[in-house]
Amino acid sequence: MHYIPNILFVLILIAGIGYFIKNIRKVIRNIRLGKDVDRSNNKSERFKNMAMIALGQSKMVRRPISGVLHIVVYLGFIIINIEVLEIIIDGVFGTHRIFAFLGGLYNFLIASFEILAFLVFIGVVVFWMRRNVIKIKRFWNSEMKGWPKNDGNLILYFEMVLMTLFLVMNASDLQLQALGAEHYIKAGSYPISQFISPLFNGMSENALIIIERGAWWLHILGILVFLNYLYFSKHLHILLAFPNTYYGDLKPKGQLDNLEAVTNEVKLMMDPNADPFAVPEDDQTQGEPEKFGASDVMDLNWAQLLNAYTCTECGRCTSECPANQTGKKLSPRKIMMDTRDRLKEVGDNIDENGSFVDDGKQLLNDYITAEELWACTSCNACVEACPVSISPLSIIIDMRRYLVMEESAAPSDLNNMMSNIENNGAPWPFNQMDRMNWSNE
Amino acid sequence: MSEAIRVPTMAEYMAEGKQPEVLFWVGCAGSFDDRAKKITKAFVKLLHSANVDFAVLGTEESCTGDPAKRAGNEFLFQMQAVTNIEVMNAYEIKTVVTACPHCFNTLKNEYPVLGGEYKVMHHTQFLKSLLDEGRLTVEGGKFKGKRITFHDPCYLGRANNVYEAPRDLLRRLEVELIEMKRCKKNGLCCGAGGAQMFKEPESGNKDVNIERTEDAIETKPDIIAAGCPFCNTMMTDGVKNKEKEESIEVLDVAELIANAQDL
Repeated sequence: MHYIPNILFVLILIAGIGYFIKNIRKVIRNIRLGKDVDRSNNKSERFKNMAMIALGQSKMVRRPISGVLHIVVYLGFIIINIEVLEIIIDGVFGTHRIFAFLGGLYNFLIASFEILAFLVFIGVVVFWMRRNVIKIKRFWNSEMKGWPKNDGNLILYFEMVLMTLFLVMNASDLQLQALGAEHYIKAGSYPISQFISPLFNGMSENALIIIERGAWWLHILGILVFLNYLYFSKHLHILLAFPNTYYGDLKPKGQLDNLEAVTNEVKLMMDPNADPFAVPEDDQTQGEPEKFGASDVMDLNWAQLLNAYTCTECGRCTSECPANQTGKKLSPRKIMMDTRDRLKEVGDNIDENGSFVDDGKQLLNDYITAEELWACTSCNACVEACPVSISPLSIIIDMRRYLVMEESAAPSDLNNMMSNIENNGAPWPFNQMDRMNWSNE
Repeated sequence: MSEAIRVPTMAEYMAEGKQPEVLFWVGCAGSFDDRAKKITKAFVKLLHSANVDFAVLGTEESCTGDPAKRAGNEFLFQMQAVTNIEVMNAYEIKTVVTACPHCFNTLKNEYPVLGGEYKVMHHTQFLKSLLDEGRLTVEGGKFKGKRITFHDPCYLGRANNVYEAPRDLLRRLEVELIEMKRCKKNGLCCGAGGAQMFKEPESGNKDVNIERTEDAIETKPDIIAAGCPFCNTMMTDGVKNKEKEESIEVLDVAELIANAQDL
């Protein structure tokens, strides 16, 4: 009987972590549905980017208020996890405050966890107010209706509850320590919960133990639920920001990738020795010809799909987008959200059918419309604004490529521009031979 | 601006068995757009005054393919690129300078993988290097003390991290350089990039160039300085739309330097 809580704890822990791993494997599998792209070069620059941008939050602080608040919540999240380690050890072995032997250091640790928990609570309340009271515009764009809005708030409620439980647990523990209750050794320093503790004055030892144990269990259960909530929410960025900044594009922002399939065709066209009547050499060339550009998530590369899962819908991209600011439908954040939602849909389809079965849907039109894609000025403001190195622009360009090269569906003005380039080497209908006229005008 | 100026071509240089110091890539806007031609001429005058041994491709130049690539037509882009590279490689071009940030970005970043590897400079970078080498003098002249704000072209700034060369040149004009609230990394697009120059904008509640012109007007400038023929057009249109063309001029950095010296 004595071991029942320990066994229960271990079972819950295994179930919680197991389910999380199962879903993370799905995320990895879905990301791997993307085409290959080489991001293995310049490892030292990549590590540096990850250290600066993800670990060091360098791009978050470009907007000082949300940046500093985010750093508080982020540091709190990371450091309080040391406490979670103690909770897990205590839970498995039925001990209480196993790290108490650290003495002065333990007091320091607990005190800093408490202060951080308090700051996180304050930070999260301010975040909630920014979303729901001040109603900052980027949280109220059209793509933020319904689930994305609730998701954002739910995460904040989770964090408020977890921090409260942590502090209530410590406050009741402090009372029990004062009463000299069995197991509740005198350890730790409680700069915040000492102010909560008076609420429990005069309670019986049993009632206090119920409160302390209740808070302890709810806290660790809450953490496991939150861990598993990540997969269903936009909040995966707490993990994926690291690989995403590592695998970010290192090229100058103005450089679009080169489509090698096109290069091969162009080389063949320009080769005077190429035989136009040649029979394809082997079966390889008989296969389905490569699709140019992207109409669905499988046509994107894995780095773009990782981008989509990493996006936490902060909307800094959209708030910097010139098209969005002037009322066009394009929102770079929506491009990322749509890509992720479609990728999840494709993943669920695979889970259900073993392999992907055509569902009559695709990213283009069913999620992202041509009108959105054509509104982009390719100015890179969204790429610059993203605090975790996401590039909505690369997806926009790949989808334009599909529209133009596979569907010939460019706006007619652009068709004129392109036929001018083809015919006379300039986007306007001027004669190539007049190119030097400016010098004698 | 209706006098002929001497502009040597690569073909002429080749015929004489010589190689110029730099190829001036004029670009389509610089060749055909009436407003941009003035920028081209101003830059050529500066090249002459600094005794730069330069040449243009002339009728052998063709669109870099940038608007086609941004519109999604990778085929057309690569056809253009491969053709241009063949011409430039035949002339053994080493250094290219251009007054168009779109040409600059494409030549610098997107041509190497297709076999065209050159040292590519934006004209503001090139003018800055001439200034540093003491070959070019930049002085305020009639612009001395004027309020000037510089609009960062996306393809020069964010795309290639060139923010200081144009500003360094403007400071040498002894002008009052004032920054817009959104500048450098945070500069707002003029609305022309990504092939938007060649199409009508999607429906919205405002044109991007108006939004950007408002940023510029907020600084109460005498002159809006630009470094891109397309930005120049967009900002000029914006200023006209705001009926400020009497009080605000839109000029390229090269024009400012050339006009200051009455070249």
